[in-house]
Amino acid sequence: MKIKNQTSLSSKYWLIILVLICLLLLGIERFTDSGGPLRLVGNYTIIPMQRGISYVGRWLSDISDNFETLEDVRKEKDALQAKVDELTIDNTRLRQEQYELDRLRELFKLDSHYSDYEKIGAHVIASNGSNWFSDFTIDKGSNDGIKVNCNVLAGSGLVGIVTEVGPDYARVRSIIDDASNVSAMVLPTADTCMVRGDLKLIADGRLRFEKLANNENDIQVGEQIVTSHVSDRFVQGIFIGYISEIEVDSNNLTRSGYITPAVDFSKLQEVLVITSTKDEMTKGTEEE
Amino acid sequence: MKRKTAVLVIIIICFLFQSSIFSHMEFAAVGPNLLLIVAASFGFMRGKKEGMMVGFTAGIFFDVFWGGVLGFNMLLFTLIGYFNGSFQRLFYDEDIKLPLVLIGVSELIYGLITCFCLYVLRGDFAFMAHLADIILPELVYTILATLVLYQIILHVNKKLEEEEQRSASKFV
Repeated sequence: MKIKNQTSLSSKYWLIILVLICLLLLGIERFTDSGGPLRLVGNYTIIPMQRGISYVGRWLSDISDNFETLEDVRKEKDALQAKVDELTIDNTRLRQEQYELDRLRELFKLDSHYSDYEKIGAHVIASNGSNWFSDFTIDKGSNDGIKVNCNVLAGSGLVGIVTEVGPDYARVRSIIDDASNVSAMVLPTADTCMVRGDLKLIADGRLRFEKLANNENDIQVGEQIVTSHVSDRFVQGIFIGYISEIEVDSNNLTRSGYITPAVDFSKLQEVLVITSTKDEMTKGTEEE
Repeated sequence: MKRKTAVLVIIIICFLFQSSIFSHMEFAAVGPNLLLIVAASFGFMRGKKEGMMVGFTAGIFFDVFWGGVLGFNMLLFTLIGYFNGSFQRLFYDEDIKLPLVLIGVSELIYGLITCFCLYVLRGDFAFMAHLADIILPELVYTILATLVLYQIILHVNKKLEEEEQRSASKFV
């Protein structure tokens, strides 16, 4: 018969040991960058698995898309055709204006590096498993030139910001996360405000904006909100969403309300990452 | 050794499912907490020590990949594994009521502590809203997930115990 190991510690001591380890880690966290080596190990073990699973998931959703009926596809095609026509007209007009803008910029010797940023595409491979945060993992990392504080877009709108980078993965905190604050401005009047994520609003996919000055500028529901020129992390002029509600605060000095974001955060699959951060861009201009 | 590998595989699979598949199956932006089910069920099936170890390991995964600070969820999951372990004497295979109640209570406590430490301490006092929007839906969803996941874990555990008994009787 197997003799029970008498020297093994009782579970109470184990509990104390493990709790002490956790507390020690929590304490260390205050002074160092969190979980560095463990995250590096994760990069080569867990991230490939997540990539595989999300690849299978994408493949399955592609297959289910194949079963859409011809009628649906036709309807969608008509809608898209109408959109293409509309955008073509817009585009010609904008091109003319762009030409004019370039000419005027040249006259004023203004730098135009803000107009197009270099981007790379990435797949979303995992989201946060706890319901208290909304961040997600993408399958590109520092090997592809992504750095902490890179801005992340999907389609035409802002999604979030890179908070953590490994060799082959990066974690992105989305702007609907409760800890997220984005300095933004209302497009026509350039009044600045703060766009705050809110845990209570995640389920409806809305955002809250605050601290918009209550001045003579009339701001209506439906105006566009973009990232502002004063933000030190978000590059200027990225579309966030449309104002869906606005009211004057009780202090009569500021206005606040809600934004419908341009991005559907519940169905993120592919995102674009701007590979240069705002910090680098502003430093670049200072040196010139 | 075999048991350790099996448990680690269960944890990794639950971790991957929680972050990739269940995020597409969310209701009202809330998903189930599979790792908590694993930690709690190994607690009451196998006792304090093993529950604690499983909780600790699950907590490492949780903190390294999803959490903000390393150690917070490790601590919570370790304690959850330990306290579920003290109910081992009341546990019978056929009875699903005890696991449901224990996992439900663990999940509720987990939600309350997380809410308090990560939100209330930061000055966010919308406790009732968080309770209604996150804690209770997560509780319901986790209990639903328990009905399926617990059966799988129970089955795996039974197989492992049978095998251990067989190899132990070989040396008699």
